[in-house]
Amino acid sequence: MIWAAVVGAGVGCYLLKLAGLSVPERVLARPLVARIADLVPVSLLAALIAVQVFATDDASLVLDARAVALAAAVGLLVLRAPFLVVVFGAAVVAAVVRLL
Amino acid sequence: MARSVDPAQRTIVRDSLAVGLATGTYGLSFGAVGVSSGLDVAQTCALSLLVFTGASQFAFAGVLAAGGAPLAGALTALLLGSRNTLYGLRLAPLLGYRGGARLGAAHLVIDESTAMSVTRGSRADARIGFLTTGASIFVLWNLATLLGALAGTTLGDPRSYGLDAAVGAAFLALLWPRLDQPLPRAVAVLAAAVAIGAVPFTAAGVPVLVAGGVAVLVGAFAVRPPSSAT
Repeated sequence: MIWAAVVGAGVGCYLLKLAGLSVPERVLARPLVARIADLVPVSLLAALIAVQVFATDDASLVLDARAVALAAAVGLLVLRAPFLVVVFGAAVVAAVVRLL
Repeated sequence: MARSVDPAQRTIVRDSLAVGLATGTYGLSFGAVGVSSGLDVAQTCALSLLVFTGASQFAFAGVLAAGGAPLAGALTALLLGSRNTLYGLRLAPLLGYRGGARLGAAHLVIDESTAMSVTRGSRADARIGFLTTGASIFVLWNLATLLGALAGTTLGDPRSYGLDAAVGAAFLALLWPRLDQPLPRAVAVLAAAVAIGAVPFTAAGVPVLVAGGVAVLVGAFAVRPPSSAT
């Protein structure tokens, strides 16, 4: 029973991924679809950041070392630091805050 | 004639590998969570191989751990996996894969591989970001799942190295260039607020899905360019 659910989830999740990739180009060329598709990554990235930084495993919201790290990342981006400096700079800040 | 490697593309590979490393190590947590939720090692590893989309896998294990039926776990995983359909929609014209390449690439359509490719200016750059991120996460995620499942909870938590904060910072760095215009900036703020608002009431992964609706609504109703909108 568990195995059937595991394989079913795998096949289903794969088909969901494939469905998005298989939408014909003429559908995506329609202005409405193009405008939405352009904004989708913006909203998804913003939501991913919010959830990564402020949510806990038990679905509550906290301000912790991750928020400090995100603030550090904003500072580094304003200073035009390279991608890797931003990413690992934020990791170092979070690790240091947790040691304090 | 040997093709020289564009330095800009080398940067994309390096950045993508960094995201792959930071994300892949999370497989340790999934492996540990999987075996503690009642799955055996093979089932935990099969989830990482076949489902290969983090939020869906954690949700599956979470439903089982809470005493839910395996079928309910699978349905929750599918609900969260529908996020990847949205990603695919955006990636399809950008990556331009057909036939067998599309069948293979589909498995790698996840949060991070999408994030590392949608902001690129050309198809070649988008493919490099997508494939490097997707493939490095696939390899590391599955290795780390096996390790985590074998070791249970005795392995250290990646959070103690700040890697959880690294992923948020990486997404912010990718979003940053889009924030210099009013409409994307408003969409980003609204989507983040909607996601945060949804966190206490929904399962992991759902807040991001709900926030995706912000893009659909704004895209559908902001018919005029922002300059002439009221």
